[in-house]
Amino acid sequence: MKQRINFLLAGVGGQGVLTASNILSAVGLAVGYDVKKSEVHGMSQRGGNVTSHVRWGEKVYAPLIGGGEVDFLMAFEAVESLRYLEMLRPEATIIADNHQIIPITVTDGAASYPSQEAIDSWLRQVTPHVFWVPGMAIAEKMGNARVANIVLLGFLAALLRMPDDVWHNALVRWVPKKVLALNEEALAAGRALNKAPAE
Amino acid sequence: MKTLLAGNEAIARGAWEAGVTFASGYPGTPSTEILENFVRYPHVYAEWAPNEKVALDAAIGAAYAGQRSLATMKHVGLNVAADAFYYVSMTGTEAGLVIISADDPQMHSSQNEQDNRNFARFARVPCLDPSDSQEAKDMIVAAYNLSEQFDTPVMVRPTTRISHSFTQVEMGERVEHPSPIKRFPRNPQKYVMVPANARPRHQFIEERLKKLEAFAETFPGNRVEWRDLDLGIVTNGIAYQYAREVFPEASILKLGMSFPIPIQMVADFARRVQQLVVLEELDPFIENLIRLAGISVKGKSIFPLCGEFSPNIVRECGIKAGLLPPEATLPRVDLPELPSLPARPPVLCPGCPHRSTFWAVKKMHLPVNGDIGCYTLGVVPPLSTIDTTGCMGASIGVAHGASKARGKKHIAVIGDSTFFHTGIPALVNVAYNHSQVITIIMDNRVTAMTGDQPNPGTGKTLQGNKTVAIDIAAVVKAIGIKHVAEVDAYDEKALETTLKAFKKLEEPSVIIAKRPCALLPEVRKTYEPLHINPERCDGCGVCLQTGCPALHHSIEIHEASGRTKVEIDPLLCTGCELCAQVCPQKAISFRTQTDQQSYYPQL
Repeated sequence: MKQRINFLLAGVGGQGVLTASNILSAVGLAVGYDVKKSEVHGMSQRGGNVTSHVRWGEKVYAPLIGGGEVDFLMAFEAVESLRYLEMLRPEATIIADNHQIIPITVTDGAASYPSQEAIDSWLRQVTPHVFWVPGMAIAEKMGNARVANIVLLGFLAALLRMPDDVWHNALVRWVPKKVLALNEEALAAGRALNKAPAE
Repeated sequence: MKTLLAGNEAIARGAWEAGVTFASGYPGTPSTEILENFVRYPHVYAEWAPNEKVALDAAIGAAYAGQRSLATMKHVGLNVAADAFYYVSMTGTEAGLVIISADDPQMHSSQNEQDNRNFARFARVPCLDPSDSQEAKDMIVAAYNLSEQFDTPVMVRPTTRISHSFTQVEMGERVEHPSPIKRFPRNPQKYVMVPANARPRHQFIEERLKKLEAFAETFPGNRVEWRDLDLGIVTNGIAYQYAREVFPEASILKLGMSFPIPIQMVADFARRVQQLVVLEELDPFIENLIRLAGISVKGKSIFPLCGEFSPNIVRECGIKAGLLPPEATLPRVDLPELPSLPARPPVLCPGCPHRSTFWAVKKMHLPVNGDIGCYTLGVVPPLSTIDTTGCMGASIGVAHGASKARGKKHIAVIGDSTFFHTGIPALVNVAYNHSQVITIIMDNRVTAMTGDQPNPGTGKTLQGNKTVAIDIAAVVKAIGIKHVAEVDAYDEKALETTLKAFKKLEEPSVIIAKRPCALLPEVRKTYEPLHINPERCDGCGVCLQTGCPALHHSIEIHEASGRTKVEIDPLLCTGCELCAQVCPQKAISFRTQTDQQSYYPQL
């Protein structure tokens, strides 16, 4: 067991960042870590950016991750993957959805949205471990855009090599019963992607 | 068995375990979830009061009546409740009383960054600062014992990072504290603060403070962790966690009680360490108390006065001040040269009834005095409608004064919950002293900003029970406002017509712009996305001036003008029809005109 793992989850309000961080926290507890989780969302109505810090460790003090200490960046929206790069540890892993949510500042012409190629190249300048997971595309194909977050978690689950049942139990704890099966399916879809990672 | 709890959940749990039976509060980030969690426990009563002062008076009444009671609020709420906070320090109570002041360093969702430990000192009330959820729970229990032992209210002061972080908590059992008295106390010397009685009570609170200072020396929440003696850090609240994280070798004096501080303990600690440093967020509160005792100490010359701390900030300041060696810098990634990333500022939600109200208000070209709530976002471009925002209820009062001073019309905009909070007395002033203020009460049937709490206008209590719903129009008329209109906030034309008519009056007027918040569950069921007919859209961009996040440029170009056309995101659009009303080309369908099959996303 690693001494400490820090996850930074980033996305846009309504994308299920907080649910994903709840699930990730439950998994950490289940495998025996001390866990702290902290959300940073300010006045985020729908459309604002949301981040959540999840820390696993033998003993965790600060609920916020320090700069240079993020091991895994989970970005549920493409441009959100770029906002917190200074927080990453060298050789950190980035798991990002290429789904785009156009900010209001782009709509009204005050800013522009970078291309997918540009985002990818910037990420790869920071770390070689960049994984694009089409969580939203897969979720939409499954009929419910809301499980895109779970697809990304599934991919992470495969990377972390932790027993299936801890993820299952965490889902049971945090997702509504009527969509549990769908969430299990999304988790499995994310896991399956990792068998042939598009690094 | 430990459970991961948010600080606010832990506070609610602590109050329940402490045998609290009565709680009152007013929603405010980051305190809101305390009462929302507390109300779910058995054998308790909890309520949303119209404002923090009313909440604290109510909690004081329950504590006078012998019930352990709780009042919850955000830091600025205590400004509103300050009068009550001071007198209850003077009177004490029959049973324990705890006031939660949830402070907001960094102003994640606040208008200022005040440090409410100053209030504790000001009113001679002890203040406890939890540093995680376990402490938050345990300190609540300790606070009730302290309150009863010393006949004092106790302030517990979580900050946003404590209230909204999840850490592990070991639960305890509830211990009932039945009322120690049979009848309501008749003890005017203690409870009737006429000058003759208040004078001896002032003596009492000064003596009580001395006893509390002695108690602080033995309070288990104040403790020394001896490690290396080169550096000794005095710290409290969340800063303790950063101290442990960044200075793992340093000796630490952790103050669970930040007022009064155990000055003897500090002096002993100071004597043994080479260098004494205080690590505390916001004001140099502990630092100044230590310095007052003649002990040499550093604090704000090293760490920032403004804003929230983070492990980063503490580490960088520590290295800069030589408390850490330069090699304590963590290895960092090489950052690529990024362009400035598109920001995602908070915006009014799609379907927000405030948007159409602001659209109409903007056309009046009058100064607009705003208030605290979602509608403060009316300041954000492209709506850019609000000229001032200060505190709860300030809109109407400021508009009145400005209007009188200038002899001109002003518009005040205030939400329904804020109107009940402190808007009513200000509107009384407008009517009584007759100013030309057009007050718009944006009645979205909920306290939306803090996450949909019920309020006196909604007909529901915190428990979800049915209750009387206050008729805002009737209140306004009873105050003496003669020109009162109730308008559907989605009806832009009606708002504009009414505003134009009221603008001509020489008298105060009130518009109640009614429409439930688009995020309410019953409203969500009525969402019906609109769509833009690309044949008709000429890319004029008027609809984009509403600032609705559901509207964005499409890839299609309007040939004649060369402008980019606009399209609607069906996942975001609620069908409020503001864009349809303002579109000069009539390119946007109204609900009655939509052919749902053609544009609903494939689900």
